[in-house]
Order: sequence, then C-alpha cells, then structure tokens
Amino acid sequence: MTRITRRRFLQAAALAGATLGAPMLARDAYAQELSFKPEPGAKLRVLRWKRFVQGDEDQWLANTNKFIEKTGIEVTVDAENWEDLRPKAAVAANVGSGPDIILSTNDDPHQYPDKLLDIGDLCEYLGKKYGPWYPSAQAYGRSGGRWIAMPLGSGGNCMNYRESHMKVAGFKAFPRNTDAFLKLCQGLKKNGTPPGFALGNATGDANAWCHWLIWAFGGKMVDEQNRVAINSKETAAALEYGRELYQTFIPGTLSWLDPNNNKAFLSGEISLTSNGISIYYAAKTSKDPNMRKIAGDMNHAVFPVGPVGHPTMSALFFTCVIFKYTKYPNAAKEYLRFMMEKEQYEAWQKASIGFVTQPLTFYERNPVWTNDPKHTPFRYSCKNMLPNGYAGSLGAASAGCMADFIVVNMVAESVSGAVSVKDAMSSAEKRAKRYYR
Amino acid sequence: MNNALSRFFDNRNVLGLLFMVPAVALLVVFLTYPLGLGVWLGFTDTKIGRAGGWIGIENYAFLVTDRIFTLSVFNTFVYTVVASVVKFVLGLWLALLLNKHIPFKSFVRAIVLLPFIVPTVLSAIAFWWIYDAQFSIVSWMLMKLGIIDQYINFLGEPNLARMSTIIANVWRGVPFVAICLLAGLQTIPPSMYEAASIDGASPWQQFWHVTLPMLSPIIAVVMTFSVLFTFTDFQLIWVLTRGGPINATHLMATLSFQRAIPGGALGEGAAIATAMIPFLLAAILFSYFGLQRRRWQQGGSDK
Repeated sequence: MTRITRRRFLQAAALAGATLGAPMLARDAYAQELSFKPEPGAKLRVLRWKRFVQGDEDQWLANTNKFIEKTGIEVTVDAENWEDLRPKAAVAANVGSGPDIILSTNDDPHQYPDKLLDIGDLCEYLGKKYGPWYPSAQAYGRSGGRWIAMPLGSGGNCMNYRESHMKVAGFKAFPRNTDAFLKLCQGLKKNGTPPGFALGNATGDANAWCHWLIWAFGGKMVDEQNRVAINSKETAAALEYGRELYQTFIPGTLSWLDPNNNKAFLSGEISLTSNGISIYYAAKTSKDPNMRKIAGDMNHAVFPVGPVGHPTMSALFFTCVIFKYTKYPNAAKEYLRFMMEKEQYEAWQKASIGFVTQPLTFYERNPVWTNDPKHTPFRYSCKNMLPNGYAGSLGAASAGCMADFIVVNMVAESVSGAVSVKDAMSSAEKRAKRYYR
Repeated sequence: MNNALSRFFDNRNVLGLLFMVPAVALLVVFLTYPLGLGVWLGFTDTKIGRAGGWIGIENYAFLVTDRIFTLSVFNTFVYTVVASVVKFVLGLWLALLLNKHIPFKSFVRAIVLLPFIVPTVLSAIAFWWIYDAQFSIVSWMLMKLGIIDQYINFLGEPNLARMSTIIANVWRGVPFVAICLLAGLQTIPPSMYEAASIDGASPWQQFWHVTLPMLSPIIAVVMTFSVLFTFTDFQLIWVLTRGGPINATHLMATLSFQRAIPGGALGEGAAIATAMIPFLLAAILFSYFGLQRRRWQQGGSDK
C-alpha cells in the first residue's frame, strides 16, 4: 500500500519551492511544516501522569484518538500518579524497556539524559514554528547542548485570593512586591480571613511557595557551578520575612499536605493561598451554590516580586521524553509533534482551562487565557518561573533535594520558630551537600 | 549401580535434605536474596535506575550525623513503645471482658475486629479528616461544647502529632491483640480457676498467678507481631503527615521510602531500612527468650 505521506508531499513542495529559486521560501516551508514518517506497523505505549483536572485527560485522549485515526498507529495511553511515575521512568530508562514515551515531570529526564532519544529536530521545528521556547522550557528540555525532552508546559502556580476579602483589607489590586504582600496578609489576618500556605511535606504546594520565598530574596540552593549556597544572608532575609508572614497564617499549616489548602480555600476558611488553577476549576465546575459563589469572588495573581527584582515563581514542569530503546522513534516523534500542533495543543489547554501553561510563546494568544480574565495570570507561568535547582543545573542532585524537602523543612522549621534561622540554614546546607557532591 | 542409587535415596538424611529443597529454595529466592540485596545496597551509592559502587559504611557514617535520621529513630522508638504498651493493656482488658459471658457474645466479638479489617489506608484517611486542622470533628465538637476556643492543631504540633498518630495506630492494632489474647484465654482449662478458688485465691490473685502465666506464650507471640507491625508502620504516617510537621513523625520506614524512591537515593534508603533490622531482631529475641521462659509460665520468678 502506498500512502502519500505529508512528509513526501512537503518534500515535493519544498523541492518545487527550491526549483523556483527561492531558498528563503524553502526554509520557511521547513519552518512551518515537518512530519516524521512512522515506521510500518508502529505501536506506541505512552505513560503519563494522572490528571489534576479531568478536562486534561479527556482532551489528551481525544487528541490521541485523532492521531490514531489519522495515522493508523496504535497508541495506548496509561496514567499513573506523577509521584509513582518517577521511579518507574528511571527504571525503564536503565533497564531499557518499557513505554516508548513518558510524560515526565521536573528534573527527571536529566537523571538519565544518555538514555533519551535526541529530539533536536522536533524541538527546533516547534521552536521555529510556535516559539521561541521560554528559557525555563529550554532549561528543562536541553542537556549538554542536546534536546533530550520536549517541554510540554508547566502546571502554573498563582496566588489564589478572595477579592472581597482583599478589598476589606485595604487593597484594590493584588500587591506586586513582597512588602505590600506582607501588609495584605497582615490585613487579612486582622479581619479574621487569614491566608494559609502549606508547610507540611506537600510535594507540590509547599515546594512551590517555599522556593519562591527563598528565590525572591536572592537565596538559592546552589550557585551556577552547582556549589551549595543556601547558607547565605539572602536566605536569612527570606526566612526572617517568612517568620512575619507565618504569623498571619491560619493555625495548622505545618501539617498541611497538598489537598489541605484546596479544602480550606473552598470552604472559605482561608482567603489567600498559592495553588494551580485546580481550586478555581473545582469551584467553577461545581454544582454547589456556595462553591459557585467562591468561584465568583476568587481571583488569581502572579507571585509578588521580592527584593531580587525579577519574578521567582516555582512550578511543576512537564516534559515528554522518548527512550532510545523504542523501536519506533519516528512514530513517537510524530505523535509528539501532532500533540504540540495548534489544533491539538490549544484544544488541550482549553479543556484543562489552562492547567498547563505553554512552553512556547505562540500559545500566549490561546483564547483560554483571555476568555475568562481569571485565567490570565497563569498565562506567563513558564515565562516567570525558575527551574528547580536554580541557579545550578538540573539532575539527580536537584531532584533529590526537592524530594527530600530540604527547602520546605528549612522554611517550616525556621518560620515556625522551632529552630533558629541560622541552624535551619546550616542544617539545610549540610543535607544539600550530600546530594551535590 | 542401581542398587547404590536406591540405597542413596533410601538414606534418611539424603531424603530429608531432598524434601527440604523446595522450602529452602522459596526462602532463599523470596526472603534471603531480597534481604541480602537490601543490606548490600546499603553499602553502595546506588541511585534509582543507576547501579552504584561500593562505598563501605559511608551511608551509615552520614546517617549517624544526620539530624533527621536520628530524629526518625527517636520517633520510631516512641511510636513503637507507647503504641505497643497501650495496645497490650487495652487488648488484654478487652480480651478479659470478651471472655466473660456477655449478651450477643459472638456478634460483639465480630464487631471488635472491624478496625483491623478496614484497609489501613482507608482508616488513615478517616483519621486524616478527624485530625484536620480546619475540619476536625473532634475540634468542632469541643468548640460547640465550649471546652476549647481554637481548633486543636492535631498534626501541626510535634508532640501532638506524635500522639495523634499513635492513637490512630492503637485504634487499628487493639483488635488484633484482643482477639489473639481471647483465643489464648479460652485455652486455659476452667479447672485451674476452680482449683484456685477452692484455695481461696481472689480474682486478682487468679489473674496474676493463673491467667497471666498461662497466657504468656501467646502474649509473647502476639506482642512480637504487634511490635514488628508498629515498628515498620508506614501507610498510616504516609497518609496522615508524610513525616511532618518538620519531620516530627517521620519513622525509619517512611524516611527510608522518602529518600530511596522519590528522592532516588536507593543506597541511603536501603541503609536506613537495614538499620531497622537490629532493633527488630532485638524485639524478637526479647520476646522469645524472655517471655517464653518456662519458669515464668509456671508462675515462678527468675532467680
């Protein structure tokens, strides 16, 4: 059976362009369209993280079905809790068998870069067509000058707040710097509508805001040469600020795990927290009138900027990797290309009401960011975020430090007053050195 | 030749060894090998999915200086000792009550087992709500009754968090102890109590000199299991606190998991897990050589 593939058609088109004596045109044609010719009889196994919002999974599968219909390639998509998926991916990489494609999180691809297929052609193409890629996306996608992972986007984080409560506390708009932010929190606390930020071992929420806090004041786990630099006067300033901030929190945040702030916000116990768009998603899609009321009153804002002068938010980052052991590298690349094209990617973002923030600038204009103004603050999450392990490189050390809650523990024990700022920093430094050695 | 072969197989020693092979093979493959591998991993710097090299006792040398590890050892001890003692006392008490003639005896006995039957994760989630900082039913009730004026920070304050997790563990563990001890109580011949009462022994003396000594072999077994379960508890902590607040409830098992699987430091995690073995062995040896002494069982005391 002969099929006229898109690629062959394009080759012909490009050839036609070239013969017209217009090399520029040919390059544009390449920049706009690219297609990989799947291996005959290709079958793909995709393992992805379990959805955080239902719309994401539904649309991802719908897009996959579209791909199946179009190419006849058999694709199976399995989902697992993202934290369980991480060790599995590492084992697959090293055993050399398992899913062809894994939707992985954070620093994972950088723990086994040499087991991953070089997907430079795909990423360059996407970067040209929809890009450029944001710096954070490049940090997560490239290793040693090579594209090892295709950035998929970030689970953006924003401040979630109740507008009416903020106004009562004397703020017309959400504060943009840390000083004003502290004042807002103090005002909220005084009015009996306190803020609450997770300080337990909450992988997502606690890591997100604690890293923001440290970075906002210029503190960082390691410097550019991966030397541990957490024990610094910048970190100390951040922790001192954190102490004042902690005074305004609702009681109990030391025990908070990932779901706690969602529950507390949706029941009206707190009026400010940091979270992805999942709280709003739950409130907006709920049938409960109380929840709908909260959806109407709540809004999002980007994290305030600290003395360091630039945005320092932290977010869960998603990438797609193809393992070298796959028998169908072209089919796999074609699948990823297909999922990233406008028709699919925009629909996917829309279905998850912007849970995943694009890694490519083009998708800033996705209507999902503007059709509900409450989505808009999430629009630039990838642009505003710093990669994990900042300012060093991504790898096993940065992943280990995060999983071991070194920053979260340091913040929790010092802001709650359990340990002095100095001791908290030196203990974090000691633990971090174990990973960065 | 044939004769020699059949004689060989007729040899009782050979035959005995031969019959033991399947059991030994199972033990080696499923117990000794994984255990040995775990111990070996503890001496390496293996990361998840990446083979490591031998680093001797470096992991242990680090752990001894690691504040969080030493805290987890302390937590594990507090957790195990307090929970085991409470479980034993409550379990024995419950068993003695259930051993009396009460209405609907078998129904009540079945009910008692319920906490043990519910999957740990489910009961842990129930406790997670009970202890919630904002939605705790206990806090809510006490507030309504006017006893407290602020929600109790069950899982947010280190000692309170330890106590809360221990209570959840006790709730789950008591039925097991109670039912096993009840079974033990029923094996004590009534004639012994009759003899004791003829001799004029008070109920307390009967308990002290008949029940307890006769029960001690069962107690030894039950408490060994109970201590082992408690020492290696994982699910309850993982659901309730993930080791928080600020690692105040991290047990050796949860810390081992956190470092080994999400953290990727398989070698160090294995070292933490291996560090549990001596404690577990000590617990087993204590119950076997201590509680199972014949003299104790016969109501005497050590000389």
